[in-house]
Amino acid sequence: MIGKLEGKVPPGPLEQKWRNHKNNSRLVSPNNRRKFEIIVVGSGLAGGSAAATLGELGYRVKCFCYQDSPRRAHSIAAQGGINAAKNYQNDGDSVFRLFYDTIKGGDFRSREANVYRLAEVSNLIIDQCTEQGVPFAREYGGLLANRSFGGAQVSRTFYARGQTGQQLLLGAYQALCRQIALGTVKMFPQTEMLDLVLVDGHAKGVITRNLCTGQIQAFAGDAVVLATGGYGNVFFLSTNARGCNVTATYRAYKRGALFGNPCFTQIHPTCIPVTGHHQSKLTLMSESLRNDGRVWVPKRTEDCAKPPNEIPDADRDYYLERKYPSFGNLAPRDIASRAAKEVCDEGRGVGPGGRGVYLDFADAISRLNEDTIRERYGNLFDIYQKITAEDAYKTPMRIYPAVHYTMGGLWVDYNLMSNIPGLHVIGEANFSDHGANRLGASALMQGLADGYFVLPYTLPNYLAGQIGKRPSTDHEEFKLVESEVRARVKKLLEVNGERTLTSFHRELGLLLWDKCGMARNATGLREALEKIPDLRDEFWKKVRVPGEGESYNQSLERAGRIADFLEFAELMCIDALERDESCGGHFREEHQTPDGEAQRDDENFAAVFAWEFQGNGKVERPKLHREPLHFEAVHLTQRSYK
Amino acid sequence: MNFQLNVWRQANAKSKGKFATYEARNIAPDTSFLEMLDIVNDELTERSEAPIAFDSDCREGICGACALTINGQAHGPKHPAAACQLYMRSFDDGKTITVEPFRAKPFPLVRDLVIDRSALDRIVQAGGFIAARAGSAPEANSIPVPKHNADLAIEAAACIGCGACAAACPNASAMLFTAAKVSHLAFLPQGAPERTLRVTKMVRQMDAEGFGNCTNTYECEAVCPAEISASFIAKLNREYARAVLQRSVGE
Ligand SMILES: Cc1cc2nc3c(=O)[nH]c(=O)nc-3n(C[C@H](O)[C@H](O)[C@H](O)COP(=O)(O)OP(=O)(O)OC[C@H]3O[C@@H](n4cnc5c(N)ncnc54)[C@H](O)[C@@H]3O)c2cc1C
Ligand code: SF4
Ligand code: FES
Repeated sequence: MIGKLEGKVPPGPLEQKWRNHKNNSRLVSPNNRRKFEIIVVGSGLAGGSAAATLGELGYRVKCFCYQDSPRRAHSIAAQGGINAAKNYQNDGDSVFRLFYDTIKGGDFRSREANVYRLAEVSNLIIDQCTEQGVPFAREYGGLLANRSFGGAQVSRTFYARGQTGQQLLLGAYQALCRQIALGTVKMFPQTEMLDLVLVDGHAKGVITRNLCTGQIQAFAGDAVVLATGGYGNVFFLSTNARGCNVTATYRAYKRGALFGNPCFTQIHPTCIPVTGHHQSKLTLMSESLRNDGRVWVPKRTEDCAKPPNEIPDADRDYYLERKYPSFGNLAPRDIASRAAKEVCDEGRGVGPGGRGVYLDFADAISRLNEDTIRERYGNLFDIYQKITAEDAYKTPMRIYPAVHYTMGGLWVDYNLMSNIPGLHVIGEANFSDHGANRLGASALMQGLADGYFVLPYTLPNYLAGQIGKRPSTDHEEFKLVESEVRARVKKLLEVNGERTLTSFHRELGLLLWDKCGMARNATGLREALEKIPDLRDEFWKKVRVPGEGESYNQSLERAGRIADFLEFAELMCIDALERDESCGGHFREEHQTPDGEAQRDDENFAAVFAWEFQGNGKVERPKLHREPLHFEAVHLTQRSYK
Repeated sequence: MNFQLNVWRQANAKSKGKFATYEARNIAPDTSFLEMLDIVNDELTERSEAPIAFDSDCREGICGACALTINGQAHGPKHPAAACQLYMRSFDDGKTITVEPFRAKPFPLVRDLVIDRSALDRIVQAGGFIAARAGSAPEANSIPVPKHNADLAIEAAACIGCGACAAACPNASAMLFTAAKVSHLAFLPQGAPERTLRVTKMVRQMDAEGFGNCTNTYECEAVCPAEISASFIAKLNREYARAVLQRSVGE
């Protein structure tokens, strides 16, 4: 039974909480550390940095990822940058301001103390990564450069061309490689976690499948850390990598971990629009482009088919600048995305199907010249050119919102531990820090904060009481869970129906995009909740998964992930329906201000919704636990970017 | 558009592989090469044939997972681009396209078009890092880095670890990959303390994995999706010579 949800936020003034907590946290002595085996699932920014740092501290770490190398984790694809409160630009930035922007950007649906800590350690991340050799952009004087991102009026984003995620991940990967060579970390690439094992209520192991050989194996540890990223692929089309999944966190949920705010998804405003049925993924154009690009659509529907260069300035609607004069093109993501949907719904969208808006660099090019723009965004313009065969130096880019990030994730306390003792969750996989909308350049910050500077301090609070309690994989719980995993794999292969995996995934994705996407309402969500269980039934009757279990079988991998999405989608819709307010990226059409902005209901919904698994389907609903959010340092306001 | 595909099929490392022929029909020109394979795979599944195994993840040219030799060229005919950034509009309608895995001895085959590139990870493990313990880094702006060096560092650091360089090289040399990492870290002051040891160990590991020597054919540079310049190989050679010299004077 789960009692009252405790965030375990330490007492004291906001700016002293983390320091006090560190002072009061338990320690594991160096000679005891090597007695602990820590299982880290995921090798992205969060998992990679955590595994490397824990290894460095002397723990024995086993790290798992599904790709063939830890360097390929999806963090590699992040483009734009990472925030920190260095105030190198002398433009008035501070830890408090970064904290405030992040919590306001999240529409006041995150835990104050966590967000403050994140802002506080942000500066250490920049120091750490620079020392590792991350080649951040520099000015001619040799000092680090910054740029601006949405939702902020200061310039605090550090970047490495348009490949910031790649460079930060390679930094973490190299640190990880060093530990692998030293023998503190053992790496298991191409090994997918398929279930979590609890012994006496504590997370003590995982069951995995080796994706090359198909071997199913149990691993025991003293603690389990999930760093498995986000679940945006539940929508079928998203900017996530093909393999991104909900399996690890969803399986943990089914074993009793609470899932926090599953409906909070981020739809990113600047992605390359959908071109056709064949498409397998969408591509982001970094938000940093909004520093210099101006977003517009024609004022009149008749002009939409004209080439953009033939539409005079007077006939263009720079709608973000018009609606949000003080933030303009740098309005936060949820707001910019909804504004794009709105103008397209009005019939003023451009490109195929009228689902696109222009992102125009003509003004910036004439102000700064083409070379400056090339230096800032060259690789993004190249990506755009490769995909669309259009030259954005000559003609404006066409962009449209796409699913990008999931703020929801497993519920964790201030120590980043879930309600299951021993199960820690870091990075995009947890629910913390970003509330109902994440600001740009803050996911990289959170992943690395969790891995380098938070978990290494908070994990001992759990471990200190656990010496000698690691079970062996011969324990009956391991045998039981392992047999369940085997049975599920077998069942997937045995259906042998007539429908492809793609067809199920696409159908689910379209349904969610329609009913639980940029705008949601009670009727639509109820409809989705009727349809999802039927689709799931059909999946288990009609799907065809070719091949065998004991070999390299990509269809089987995908089948397991899609099967989990088909259950998880229901949880998202239940959460979206229950949260009868609008906040951040969760826009319930029933709740809007007169000018169409998200209308929060702080009285009833200033809380985290954490769901406990009870069973799936129309009859059994998960149980809701609420963690009320208390705000001491900030004043809850209607977010305004006008 | 319609294409005939000539695809390498091999169940595992031990079995014998061979080419098999498939049709890709009604493909929209904006379909990516990998999406075209997805479509073929769905059709194979519907016909109860085993789909073609191939690796991919980001599908935007940054993770380095995709590794296909298309019509004899690593990553296909469009440069610089990874296989996932190739679109069918680059091919003539009705043509036959040959698809094979990256072939190099240090990359054992897993299945069909999937190979094992862990040799590249082991080269990095040998020394491709800066030992910087979390918590002990100095203030980031306390060590200014000339912009020129920082720019060179990121040019080298852009390597996506795909292994195309070794696959394209007649000697299966991984020099470009290794040179990129050695150069990236050598251009930065933070990389200086481990400079000698790093290059020595990485080159030794490269040899131990069975990668061949560089004979300056520059096939690597031609196929590299990250546009890593072969001039970094010269940098690697200088770094290596410097390390040998330092060792020989008794350091
Ligand atoms: C295109 C794009 C651009 C972005 N740009 C920015 C940006 O500019 N700034 C910013 O702050 N954020 C950005 N983000 C968001 C940010 O990149 C991610 O939120 C962040 O990198 C997630 O890191 P992570 O470590 O939590 O997860 P990931 O990097 O996704 O890593 C997940 C890891 O878990 C492993 N894994 C997953 N499931 C399993 C399983 N079942 N078994 C075993 N292993 C598993 C994977 O192999 C991988 O190693 C961007 C995101 C996208 C999609
Ligand atoms: S150097 Fe180029 S070809 Fe070689 S691994 Fe790196 S990105 Fe691939
Ligand atoms: S799939 Fe990531 S580089 Fe091609």
